[in-house]
Amino acid sequence: MSAIEIIPINWYVTLSAILFGMGVLGVLFRRNAIIILMCVELMLNAVNLLLVAFSAQHNDPNAQVFVFFIMAVAAAEVAVGLAILMMIFRNSKTTDIDFLNRLKH
Amino acid sequence: MHMTLTQILFGVLSFIAILGGILMIFSKSPIHSVLYLIITFFAIAGHYILLNAQFLAVVHIIVYAGAIMVLFLFVIMMLNLNKETETHKPAWIQITAVIIGGLMMVTLVGALKGASMLAENNKVDATIGLTKRLGMVLFNDFLVPFELSSILFLAAMVGAVMLAKKNIH
Repeated sequence: MSAIEIIPINWYVTLSAILFGMGVLGVLFRRNAIIILMCVELMLNAVNLLLVAFSAQHNDPNAQVFVFFIMAVAAAEVAVGLAILMMIFRNSKTTDIDFLNRLKH
Repeated sequence: MHMTLTQILFGVLSFIAILGGILMIFSKSPIHSVLYLIITFFAIAGHYILLNAQFLAVVHIIVYAGAIMVLFLFVIMMLNLNKETETHKPAWIQITAVIIGGLMMVTLVGALKGASMLAENNKVDATIGLTKRLGMVLFNDFLVPFELSSILFLAAMVGAVMLAKKNIH
């Protein structure tokens, strides 16, 4: 018994698109770099959900292994990203991305 | 009866996920953002269980709610950022961001709504998400990527320690 037999795949596609769009909105909307990193996580999760839905639809476990690898890469990305943020905070006492525009000038 | 129950569960979990995401974006305090994102992650784990991906649901909770979000909380705590002093972007940038995000959402939904994504409707295999089945696939077909990801983790660990160290001699 799987939900994919009852719920059309289009519903999952719509839900994933909404979650992904919310991640994009958060990246554009906020200035705090930590929140932006969290919005990137939300986008990765939207993709993961879609992969799992297609995996259930096509009876293919390979997609679930892809999700496993995406989770591993996301964990590594967060560790390095937060370390960079701590270094930035130590040097400039802020995590505001609009402060970090020195490449522009 | 069963059919409606699954659909109700789908609706409730989707509502919780979307509500958590919206609250995460618009809440003032970073701590509250982290907690709302954890709610969203639990709702997505519920979706995985509905889709018969039990192993991934457990891994998702352990990795995201247990490791990544705790890392976020620790960083916010160490940087002492739990103040609502974040300056906001100018109003026109915020309005533009909402319009762009909304347009992207509408475009994605509209483009994918009419697409027919019918699989050949073979019998649904319920064992697809179990640890035994996934382990066979992972250690037979994806052994080299699995080993490479361990090297990636080593590099990420060394990099994180090196970046966060105070004085590098």
